[in-house]
Amino acid sequence: MSESDILPVGSPAPDFALNATPDQVLRLSELRGHPVILVFYPADWSPVCGDQVALYNEILPEFREYGAEILGISVDGVWCHAAFARDRKLHFPLLSDFEPKGAVARLYGAYRDEDGTSERALFVLDGDGIIRWSYWSPIAVNPGADGILNALESLAEKSPARAESFHRDSAEARP
Amino acid sequence: MSNGQLTPLVNAEDHILGPDDAPVTLVEYGDYECPYCGMAHPIVKRAQRELGDQLRFVFRNFPLAEMHPHARLAAQAAEAAGAQGRFWEMHDLLFEHQYALELQGLIGYAKSLGLEIPRFERDLEAGTYAKKVRDDFRSGARSGVNGTPTFFVNGERYNGSWANEEAFISALRDAARQAVEASA
Repeated sequence: MSESDILPVGSPAPDFALNATPDQVLRLSELRGHPVILVFYPADWSPVCGDQVALYNEILPEFREYGAEILGISVDGVWCHAAFARDRKLHFPLLSDFEPKGAVARLYGAYRDEDGTSERALFVLDGDGIIRWSYWSPIAVNPGADGILNALESLAEKSPARAESFHRDSAEARP
Repeated sequence: MSNGQLTPLVNAEDHILGPDDAPVTLVEYGDYECPYCGMAHPIVKRAQRELGDQLRFVFRNFPLAEMHPHARLAAQAAEAAGAQGRFWEMHDLLFEHQYALELQGLIGYAKSLGLEIPRFERDLEAGTYAKKVRDDFRSGARSGVNGTPTFFVNGERYNGSWANEEAFISALRDAARQAVEASA
């Protein structure tokens, strides 16, 4: 897999329903109306401070300013995600693309057959579920959040009124 | 697309060591409670010694506060010391005492530097520099910081391993050489 294989900008983001916890399923289309950040990453428990997932956890307030929701997706199972999320004090959902393994990553062109894990691939969707930005990162390179923030900013510029209302809604939803 | 570009560039808000016209500017986004930043600290010192006037070093705060509960206050302590003219001394003390960053410890370091303590305590209590620390963090997020420490060499994120000291220092020398050649 390489950069050219991930779904391009302008494509509708394929809908999916994955477990966010052992007894909760999250469906992508439920988040319509908000920008959504999809973070495909290879695996929980990478052994560094401030790995990609932990970094985005710290940057959450910046993402939320744009009314955006962020979803982490890997092939790890729900119990693994639960332990990892607790350990890293994560405040956003990790989805388990576990059975059939990697099915959602494949839909987005972000599965690594050679390793049996997701690529490091990022997608920013607009409120209508259209991919507005995507990025493939070499597996060893944590891409940071600059691309995501720039994409959210340009979405907000295109529809400032909506960004404003996202912001209000999300502020109300999170007192 | 831009990935890993320092934003904003070094400016008057920054803590800067070294000459303004140095051919290499090294910017670190770091966290005083992060053990990797602690490991990088002597490597940065070595780079400063070896490159001398060729290097300008800038430190910006990137506290990973969910992971490191003392990191934000420690960052504010460095800023509060900076307001009394002793940023770099506090910066060194914090990295040398990464596992003792409770409020009492911070006040102890401030005392050892001869800072005006009521003012230092007031600044921490009132969060006088919380916004500065937050602004640093946001600029790091915008710049593509991807963990701590993240280094930028002449505005570009350094994607090599800083832990490989020789490679890191020789990358800085190369950047110096290129900058000098480009301006010649």
